[in-house]
Amino acid sequence: MAAVIGDEITEDVAPGPTRRANAGWRRLPVWRWVILAVVGAFFIIPLVAAVRFTGFSSFPAVFHQVGFSAAFELSVKLAFITTVATLVLMLPTVVYVHLRLPKLRRLMEGITILPIVIPPVVLIIGVLEVAPGFLKATPYLLALEYVVLAMPFAYRAFDAGLRALELQTLVEASQSLGAGWGTTMWRVLLPNLRSSLLSATVLTVALVLGEFTMASLDLYQTFPVWIVNFDQTSGPISVAASLLALVVTWIFLLAISTIGGRSRRGGGAEVSLFSVSRRVPPR
Amino acid sequence: MAALRRARTLAGLLPFAVYVAAGLGAPAVAIAIGAFQSSANGRFTLSNIKDAVHGVYLHGFETTLLVSVITAIVPGIVGFLVAYAIFTAKRGALLRRAVITASGVFANFGGVPLAFLFIATLGTTGLATGWLTAIGLNPSTHGFNLYTTSGIVVVYMYFQIPLMVLVILPALEGLRPAWREAANNLGAGAWQYWRYVGGPVMLPSFLGCVLLLFGSAFSSYATAEALTSGSVPLTAIQIGSFLNGNVLAGQQNVGKALGFGMIVIIAVVMACYAVLQRRSARWLR
Repeated sequence: MAAVIGDEITEDVAPGPTRRANAGWRRLPVWRWVILAVVGAFFIIPLVAAVRFTGFSSFPAVFHQVGFSAAFELSVKLAFITTVATLVLMLPTVVYVHLRLPKLRRLMEGITILPIVIPPVVLIIGVLEVAPGFLKATPYLLALEYVVLAMPFAYRAFDAGLRALELQTLVEASQSLGAGWGTTMWRVLLPNLRSSLLSATVLTVALVLGEFTMASLDLYQTFPVWIVNFDQTSGPISVAASLLALVVTWIFLLAISTIGGRSRRGGGAEVSLFSVSRRVPPR
Repeated sequence: MAALRRARTLAGLLPFAVYVAAGLGAPAVAIAIGAFQSSANGRFTLSNIKDAVHGVYLHGFETTLLVSVITAIVPGIVGFLVAYAIFTAKRGALLRRAVITASGVFANFGGVPLAFLFIATLGTTGLATGWLTAIGLNPSTHGFNLYTTSGIVVVYMYFQIPLMVLVILPALEGLRPAWREAANNLGAGAWQYWRYVGGPVMLPSFLGCVLLLFGSAFSSYATAEALTSGSVPLTAIQIGSFLNGNVLAGQQNVGKALGFGMIVIIAVVMACYAVLQRRSARWLR
C-alpha cells in the first residue's frame, strides 16, 4: 500500500531528463567511433595482458594460498560491520534532516564531503594518534573508520532517494493511520527507499573490499593487503587474485544497475558521489 | 522556549554529530595540532612545516602536483569526449549502458589489482611492451618506465577517464536539445553552437569535474605504492613511510605537517569545485 502511494507520487514529480533521444546510433559520426575504439583498447589490453600472464590454471590456485581465507574472511567481516553501522547511523539521520531540519541539508552535504577532502593516508595518521588502545588492538577500528569513508556515498544515496519522495506526505499519512515512528520507518520509508539502500550498501561493500591504504597502514591483512604481500612469492597468482577482485566489483555494480534499473523510480539508481548535480529540482 | 525547542530538534542529529566528531574531527584536529608541535617535547614549533616545504618533501609536493595536474587535464578531455560520444547515442542503447557500467567498475578500480594489471601490460615482459618493441618503439628506450612518474601517469588514466565519464554525464544531460534546435533555427552551425551556447554552459561543469579528478589523483596512495613500492616521491607515499616507521626518530610530526599540507591543498581545490558547481547549477537542472 505504502509502496504504491510512493510510486505514484514519484512518477508525477520526478520526470526523466528532458533530453529527447533524437540522435540514434546510426548517426554517430566516424570520429566518435574512433575515440571509443582507442579508449576501449586502452581499457581492454591490460585485461587481456593480465589473463595471458596468469593463465587460467592460476585462478583455482588463489583459493588455496596461505592466508587467503583469513584475509578474505576479515574483509567480509569488515564489510558486514561497516555496512550495518553505516545504514543504522546514516538512514535515520538523513530522514531526520529531511523532515525536521531541511535547512541543514547544505551543511550536511558539506560535512559528508569532508572524508573526500581528507585523504585516507592522512586520516589514518590522525586516527592512530587519537584512537584508544583497546580499539587499536582490533581490526574493527578499521570498520569504524570505513563508516566515515562510506559516509559521502551513503549520504548522497539516501538524499537522492528521499528527494524523490513526498516524504512529509508519506509520514503524515502513515501517522494519521496510527503508525508510530518504528512502523513508519520500517513499513513505509524502507520499501520506498529500496534502491537507495541497495546502492548505499553496494558502494559501501565495494569500498571496504577494495580499501588498501588504511588497512595496510594499520597493519592488518585484509584481502587487498594480502594480495600485495603475497606478490613477493608468486606473480601469476597475485594477478589472478587481482582479476578476481575486479570481477567481484563488477558483479556488485552490475547488481545495482540491474536491480536499480528495474525499479528506477526510487531515485537512487545511478547514485555516485556526484549525482548531486542531477537532483530533482526543489519543490 | 523557542531556543529549547530548537535544541531538542537538533538533538536528533546527536549520534551523527558524535560519530563524525570522533571518527573524523578528532583525527583531523590531532593532525593539525601535531603539525605545529615539536616531535621531541611537544612544544609549539614551525619547524615541521618548514621541513615539509623544503628538500625531499617539497619535491614530493611538486611531483604530486605535477602528476595530479596531468592526470586531471588529459583524462578530463578524453573522458569528456567519451561521454559526449555515448551521450549522443540513444538513451538506453546497449553501447551507452555498457560504457556507463564499465565506467562504474573502472572508476572504482584502483590500488593493487590495477598495478598488477599494468605490470602485465607495460612491465619489462608485458604484452604491450612486446608489441611496441616489435614495431621498434621499445617504451623503455623512449623514456618510459612503468615504475616511475611516467608510469604512474599512465596507470592513473585507467581510473581517471571513467571517473570523468561518470561525473560529466549528468552535466551533459543538462544540455537541452531545445537550445541546439533554437541555435540551428537562428542559423548557427555546430561551431557557433559550441562557441556561444554549449561551451559556456558546460565550462563550469567541465572545470569542476577536472578539479574533482585533481583531488582524486592527489590523494591516491594505494596504486602508486603498489606499483613503485614507494620509490617515487609522492607526498601520500612519504606520509605512508612515516607510519611504516621508515624515518629518523624525532621527525614523526613532519608526517603530520605533510598531511596538514595535503588537507589545505585539497580544501582549496574543493572550495573552487563548490563555487563552479554553484555556477553550473544555474543552467543545469
